[in-house]
Amino acid sequence: MTASDTHRTIDAVWRIESAKIIGALTRVVRDVGLAEELAQDALVTALEQWPEAGVPKNPGAWLMTIAKRRAIDRLRREKNLERKQEELGRELPPEEPGVEPDEVNDDVLRLMFTACHPVLSTEARVALTLRLLGGLATDEIARAYLVSEPTVAQRIVRAKRTLAKAKVPFEVPSGDELAPRLASVLEVVYLIFNEGYSATAGDDWMRPALCEDALRLGRTLAALAPKEPEVHGLVALMEIQASRARARTGRDGSPILLLEQNRALWDRLLIGRGLRALALAEELGGLRAPYTVQAAIAACHARAATPEDTDWIRIAALYEVLAQLMPSPVVELNRAVALSMAFGPEAALGLVDELADEPSMRQYHLLPSVRGDLLAKLDRHAEARAEFERAAALTRNARERDLLLKRAAECS
Amino acid sequence: MRFMVIIKASADSEAGVLPSDELLNAMGKYNEELVKAGVMLAGDGLQPSSKGARVRFEGDERTVIDGPFAETKELIAGYWILDVKSKDEAIEWVKRIPSDPAGTDEVAEIEIRQVFEVEDFAETMSPETRELNEQLRERTSGN
Repeated sequence: MTASDTHRTIDAVWRIESAKIIGALTRVVRDVGLAEELAQDALVTALEQWPEAGVPKNPGAWLMTIAKRRAIDRLRREKNLERKQEELGRELPPEEPGVEPDEVNDDVLRLMFTACHPVLSTEARVALTLRLLGGLATDEIARAYLVSEPTVAQRIVRAKRTLAKAKVPFEVPSGDELAPRLASVLEVVYLIFNEGYSATAGDDWMRPALCEDALRLGRTLAALAPKEPEVHGLVALMEIQASRARARTGRDGSPILLLEQNRALWDRLLIGRGLRALALAEELGGLRAPYTVQAAIAACHARAATPEDTDWIRIAALYEVLAQLMPSPVVELNRAVALSMAFGPEAALGLVDELADEPSMRQYHLLPSVRGDLLAKLDRHAEARAEFERAAALTRNARERDLLLKRAAECS
Repeated sequence: MRFMVIIKASADSEAGVLPSDELLNAMGKYNEELVKAGVMLAGDGLQPSSKGARVRFEGDERTVIDGPFAETKELIAGYWILDVKSKDEAIEWVKRIPSDPAGTDEVAEIEIRQVFEVEDFAETMSPETRELNEQLRERTSGN
């Protein structure tokens, strides 16, 4: 094995083991920042020793042992040893280590709740989660988010400091605290997913890779907290959305709307996983929660072999539930589209007209675009044309503008 | 990226001999680890080739050939689909597949093959995704 082979192996091992190691160390030293530093020390030791000595048979346990020794050294230096040493003695894995799997899983779950703690800003939560749980290096996060490396590094340092200062306990919250804390974790995972999903085609490959990172985090969370319906709801939503990745752009990179996508390109494996996760969420009683409802809407499309098979009545009903759960003009607009597909343009026009007064909607090109579509279907061509032109003036996407102007022209 | 991890058939698997309890148990734990790491998309064991068939293509002709097939070591006895960051990560996971504790001395090989994928995602969002994204922005802009 050459040195560069070994380095690639170390990268792979780190990806698999880092969250477990950082989690275990945090449990002992009660400080995410210190734990990560110690884990990094162990990684450096591996980088020094493995190219010479070879990769150990159980690389994860090797790293864990080194990291815990570093923790002992650190605590010894801090003269805080007596009580801790006993604890650490128990923590140290034996020569041929049999780490308790449950304990490891608990550590990872606790780490996830800590990294997504609401005392942190959203950006800090995202960076810390990718770093501690996704095993991403600072420069990888920086590239994915199109910000400078020092910015990310500082964000992470500050986040760790904030957690230490706020004395955030290393635990999975229980009781009344669980729901809001879980919501924070789910939000972070979905934000990461969307950052990748909405990335432009010409961008660095790091951004789409965020979708994979988010899916992996979501799947891990679902495996570690299997009784939480909304976790499965979020996973279902992400799996189904990711299933369309191949169909979302044409060869020239132009966007293809949902109803025009080649459904043969949808990833059946991911759809199957998404539908199973959705069923699980519903079984666990999560039917009226935001991610699950959004997943249920996505599932309506996924189940339809052709756009004509789409169950628009169900989609309209689900949007109504969603509008109650998280009221927003954008949800209303989507509900209007579903209503028009289910019951005709007349049914939807009133709803769209109501939205026109919303301040947040004034610059939103999809509103006139939807309104134009409804009016065209009602044969009110002159009005439709004006709406398409307005939408074209509002959009920032050149291809979309061309399409809207074409539709405007068709109305004359 | 996705990899298919392929377990080759053995004389035992072809004879329909089920794995020992110990091995099944170890495999169960291993699979659990894969699931908890969020990397396992799918995986199954395959029945012996005696229960399978081949369809031979020759021009327009289609001939059905029933199993079993002779070349045991080239047959597949099971597979996983793993979603990982790199081939190296797939290799690391494969190294951890348990071997039969009551194992024979038989040498076995497990094959790792990358699945074709369009890596790059779309340029613009569908209205629906856009909408979801907007909702999130709305919900998070207060932070």
